[in-house]
Amino acid sequence: MSRTDQHGTLVDLGFDRPELTARARNLSPIVPRNSISGRALVVVVAIMTFLASITTGTVLLVSASAADWQSEVASEITVQVRPYAWRDIEKDVAAVADAMRAQPGIIEIRPFTKDESSKLLEPWLGSGISLDDLPVPRVIVARAQPGTALDLPTLRSRINQIAPTASVDDHRAWIERMRSMTGATLAAGFGILALVIVATIISVSFATRGAMSANRPIVEVLHFVGAGDRYIAGRFQRHFLRLGLEGGLIGGGLAMLAFGFSESIAGWFSGTAVGDQFAALLGTFSLRPSGYLVLAVQAIMIGVITAWASRRTLFATLNEIE
Amino acid sequence: MVRFENVGLRYGLGPEILRDLTFQIPANSFQFLTGPSGAGKTSLLKLLFLSMRPTRGLVNLFGHDVSLLNKEEVADLRKRIGIVLQDFRLLEHMTTYENVALPFRVLGRDESSYRKEVIDLLKWVGLGERMDALPPILSGGEKQRAAIARAVISRPQLLLADEPTGNVDPTLGRRLLRLLIELNRSGTAVIIATHDISLMDQYEARRLVLHQGRLHIYE
Repeated sequence: MSRTDQHGTLVDLGFDRPELTARARNLSPIVPRNSISGRALVVVVAIMTFLASITTGTVLLVSASAADWQSEVASEITVQVRPYAWRDIEKDVAAVADAMRAQPGIIEIRPFTKDESSKLLEPWLGSGISLDDLPVPRVIVARAQPGTALDLPTLRSRINQIAPTASVDDHRAWIERMRSMTGATLAAGFGILALVIVATIISVSFATRGAMSANRPIVEVLHFVGAGDRYIAGRFQRHFLRLGLEGGLIGGGLAMLAFGFSESIAGWFSGTAVGDQFAALLGTFSLRPSGYLVLAVQAIMIGVITAWASRRTLFATLNEIE
Repeated sequence: MVRFENVGLRYGLGPEILRDLTFQIPANSFQFLTGPSGAGKTSLLKLLFLSMRPTRGLVNLFGHDVSLLNKEEVADLRKRIGIVLQDFRLLEHMTTYENVALPFRVLGRDESSYRKEVIDLLKWVGLGERMDALPPILSGGEKQRAAIARAVISRPQLLLADEPTGNVDPTLGRRLLRLLIELNRSGTAVIIATHDISLMDQYEARRLVLHQGRLHIYE
């Protein structure tokens, strides 16, 4: 036995050295993979990611549809001319239409005829009823150049001078309601997302604590041989990052498939009352490419959050183990 | 290398199990730590290994006041200490070779740089044919030898051994003691905690005797 210098060997057997079998070499991971209850964690993260992706996707669909409605409605002005005893309504309608045509920013005018105006009342009064004797108001729909700010007070006073019984509606109240509904949907979506993320963090923290508890003897031995907390945490964290990404990709992938098929599913229901209501609310039900990108980023983020939550728990647990 | 001044240790609100310990462990020294069961030998080894902090007094290790060290600094100091515990603490999913090579692996060294050294040491402690065996199939004596090999492989500056020959026959016990003496000759300070008087009789060395929580030193 010899020790020649600080870097020499403690014992040297020369030619008497036995062969090292391949099985004996450093092939075993320091933290055994099967000691971390990975499958349950992958399922939990996948479910959380799926719920988060469905929430985000729905919020994106509703906001896109609401933005479309808003831009459509915002560029439309409706003038209602009510009949009055000694006024000629046809003349009033024509005069109002001319006045609107002269207004800068208005690109299209469509005065509804008496029959067309009457038809608008059919859903409420039923068909086959003669409306000749009723004072049915006449509607004129004008479409403004998108992005143009119309001088509505001037237009309103000019129309009232021409036809005192006319009223101008720029759908401001409707747009405000749409805005608040979209805002509420977004807030609800963010609330659900926050809950899902908190639930993911709690699940991951419990799983990490469980894994650390099961592997406590390994942690103690690593401390004995001089491994620092960072080294030990790094060995565990790799597993959790892998499990988090796996769960995130499964959940996110399933949600993307669900949105991919949703257009076909919406097609099966088209023509039915439910289908039409959904189509009115959410349009074609198809997510834009940017929406899929958001879902992919979200899935990766949930994987990263899993790794972060496990790292936080790892250091807290390592502090308890001397 | 190690300096204790008026060190006391108690668990919780219980009585002091180590009282007013004042001693030094010089570099390159060899000593036996002995005393009756429950005298506090293992607790003293834990204080020396920094896995416990004293309730009072000063512990200075390699020039550092241990009360001022953070966890990473403790880990760095532990790289200079080898420890053999009575329950061996081998990693059951790793082969004997991997267990013994663990200190090098933690240091981030390439396997080819220490393979020869680990194989030679395993052969020396009689585990040359058991390199690919997992600890659950090793006998108590084999586990003990593997634990000793792991503690000495990185040639620590201080080696702490708790009953290192407790599970082996006298012949192998002598062989292991020789390994520890050789390690000491190559520059490592060695502290062997033992009840075994015949082991202590085999080598003339300083004796630290713990009795009723106090330390008596026989040079």
